[in-house]
Amino acid sequence: MNIPAETALLLSGILFFIGLIGLLVRRNIIFMLMSIEIMLNAAGLAFIVSGSKWIQPDGQVMFLFILAVAAAEVSVGLALIIRVFNRFKTLDADELSSLKG
Amino acid sequence: MNIAFYISAVIAIASTIMVITRTNAVHALLYLIVSLLAVAVVFFTLGAPFIAALEVIVYAGAIMVLFIFVVMMLNLGEKSEESERKLLSGKIWIGPGILSLILLMEFIYLLANGVPERLQENVIPPSEVSITLFTKYVLGVELAAMLLMAGVIGAYHIGRKRKKVIHRFIAEEEKLKEKEEVNEYTR
Repeated sequence: MNIPAETALLLSGILFFIGLIGLLVRRNIIFMLMSIEIMLNAAGLAFIVSGSKWIQPDGQVMFLFILAVAAAEVSVGLALIIRVFNRFKTLDADELSSLKG
Repeated sequence: MNIAFYISAVIAIASTIMVITRTNAVHALLYLIVSLLAVAVVFFTLGAPFIAALEVIVYAGAIMVLFIFVVMMLNLGEKSEESERKLLSGKIWIGPGILSLILLMEFIYLLANGVPERLQENVIPPSEVSITLFTKYVLGVELAAMLLMAGVIGAYHIGRKRKKVIHRFIAEEEKLKEKEEVNEYTR
């Protein structure tokens, strides 16, 4: 196999970076939630790489926890999206400005 | 195995870029599924077959299906696609792109300065993972269970339809108010 650990970590870094750009650029809430998914997945990839580097199962266990957090976050986030769409009839995050001073 | 890793890494990066540049939510979700499958192949080549299977089953199977159902329920049309296209054109990419690129450069610099190390060919079997999970991290399992329960209850509570009437007297008062308003208006 002999993949350098740096290459695999670089892949997770690039994926995280793409997710971060998506989160900052997109104004649609559903796309922002998808970008958060990408970032969580990239963080999980870093855990797997380190688990494979030290040949310990702990990295994979951490990925399982990330999976549970992602599932809970998505279920609550999608419920919030449905509420927002029912009330404001839009998904644009810039429209939801009632907290603006 | 080596080639499989590189090919799937390229596919993962390309499809993730497609995810954040699409205007149609369903297209973006399908690209995200491709990206997750590619990352699953990466997990497999890194010696984590159990996690690769979970990635396909839970991420690509369950979470993405949830997303697709919500997009179907929202029924976004041409109008939102048009406004997305207007938002995404041109200058909006510059600021976040430059800032994130600086962070990525720092990350690459730190990686390049480290001691280069190659991953050994070691598959960690599911039995080892589950033994660690249920002995060393059993408290974390309990906490994850509580988190998922809170997630289920929270999603139900936020997502359910509330009845408009809080109490029948208040409803009658509101009706009276509306009538008065109408009367004033007609007067």
